[in-house]
Amino acid sequence: MAKVGTDRVKRGMAEMQKGGVIMDVVNAEQAKIAEEAGAVAVMALERVPADIRAAGGVARMADPRVIEEVMNAVSIPVMAKCRIGHIVEARVLEAMGVDYIDESEVLTPADDRYHIDKKAFTVPFVCGCRNLGEAARRIGEGASMLRTKGEPGTGNIVEAVRHLRLVNAQVRKIIGMSEDELMTEAKELGAPYDVLLEIKKRGRLPVVNFAAGGVATPADAALMMQLGADGVFVGSGIFKSENPEKYAKAIVEATAHYEDYELIAHLSKGLGEAMRGLDMAALDPSDRMQDRSE
Amino acid sequence: MTVKIGVLGLQGAVSEHLQALEAVGAEGSTVKRPEQLAELDGLILPGGESTTMRRLMDRSGLFEAIKAFAEEKPIFGTCAGLILLAKKIEGQAVPHLGLMDINVRRNAFGRQVQSFETPLEIKGVADDFVGVFIRAPYILEAGPNVEVLSKYEDKIVAAREGRFLAAAFHPELTGDARFHRYFVELVEEAAARRP
Repeated sequence: MAKVGTDRVKRGMAEMQKGGVIMDVVNAEQAKIAEEAGAVAVMALERVPADIRAAGGVARMADPRVIEEVMNAVSIPVMAKCRIGHIVEARVLEAMGVDYIDESEVLTPADDRYHIDKKAFTVPFVCGCRNLGEAARRIGEGASMLRTKGEPGTGNIVEAVRHLRLVNAQVRKIIGMSEDELMTEAKELGAPYDVLLEIKKRGRLPVVNFAAGGVATPADAALMMQLGADGVFVGSGIFKSENPEKYAKAIVEATAHYEDYELIAHLSKGLGEAMRGLDMAALDPSDRMQDRSE
Repeated sequence: MTVKIGVLGLQGAVSEHLQALEAVGAEGSTVKRPEQLAELDGLILPGGESTTMRRLMDRSGLFEAIKAFAEEKPIFGTCAGLILLAKKIEGQAVPHLGLMDINVRRNAFGRQVQSFETPLEIKGVADDFVGVFIRAPYILEAGPNVEVLSKYEDKIVAAREGRFLAAAFHPELTGDARFHRYFVELVEEAAARRP
């Protein structure tokens, strides 16, 4: 009678993460710091995005030993990344019992044309998006959660802001359209018609949408919440800062109380240096991770 | 009379509970600060991550404020909320709010890939309720004053002890507001008894 891997169970898992912070960690020690600080989940990686960027070469799924170490260290959910289109990396992560898979542009894509058929899996997936076309295609493929792509490992919030504002503006447009206009809009966005219809009927995206890719400070996290993100992923921002424990706690609190500016001022005092960060203009177009898929 | 029910809004599935409250004619509001409890007749502790909610409750002063609120007003906890209510948590020396005489096991059905939905019989609520279990806990043992409302495969998944109500699953994810109606009635009775 019991059914596993239903849409309700997969999307519901992401609903439970709302208002929270998901932190990138590379070992058990960092995972414990994240849990203690109040993270709602951790993303187990071999390297944080800033280091992936610096290392160059092909970035792949993390060593299962690292993921296992993190899974054994904490009681909160553990996510892990697979390469775009890499069905086997995803199956390996599912077999290990990872709670959520990020089919991520932070890793080097395995397939330059197709994403994974995520409906075929019991484990839920999160995918990145820059606009509603990408968001709706990922939902159509079975993603149970979305996040902005932003520009990972830069500590620069500008791309995440651009992506979230665009998706939200496009969602508002769909809600305001009449049903007979949706098919043409679907054609123009390259979006599945039924996903657009679901957005119109619900008055919102059918899955939660977190901010990711460039969140570096408590104020950045609060900004994304204010712009309508359901929660925040912080990649390099925490463990590339001077004082990760304090930083992690401050980001968790700023995300929960994103409209309490006195509190955010208090949290931001004496945090030490944030990660250094990169200007978009200084980034070679071939190094832009967000352009690796659509 | 329309009762006012708060939903702890530090993290988790807050909007879903507010919608369910609205569906059964209660006035719902989000609680992020201790002073917001003053006007309320009842409180819901939603699904989410119990460790996250606990950290944020401590830092905002809500932990002590909710304990004081619980001395006379009803509280309903779902999933993580059930863990927050329990007097005993397996493998953990100290509980959170410690309000209900239950011993709970966290992530008791396994990890996310084992999360499931199933029809449930819930005493006084419905005999065909869809239970959505997401990395859910269950109740290992319930004290003598705890009324068991629902079991799944012999595990206790919903219970009531006086003004406290708890579910291991997520009634807020189903669009079926019958469990919320049960809680609202409980809140109404408690409010009518107060001077």
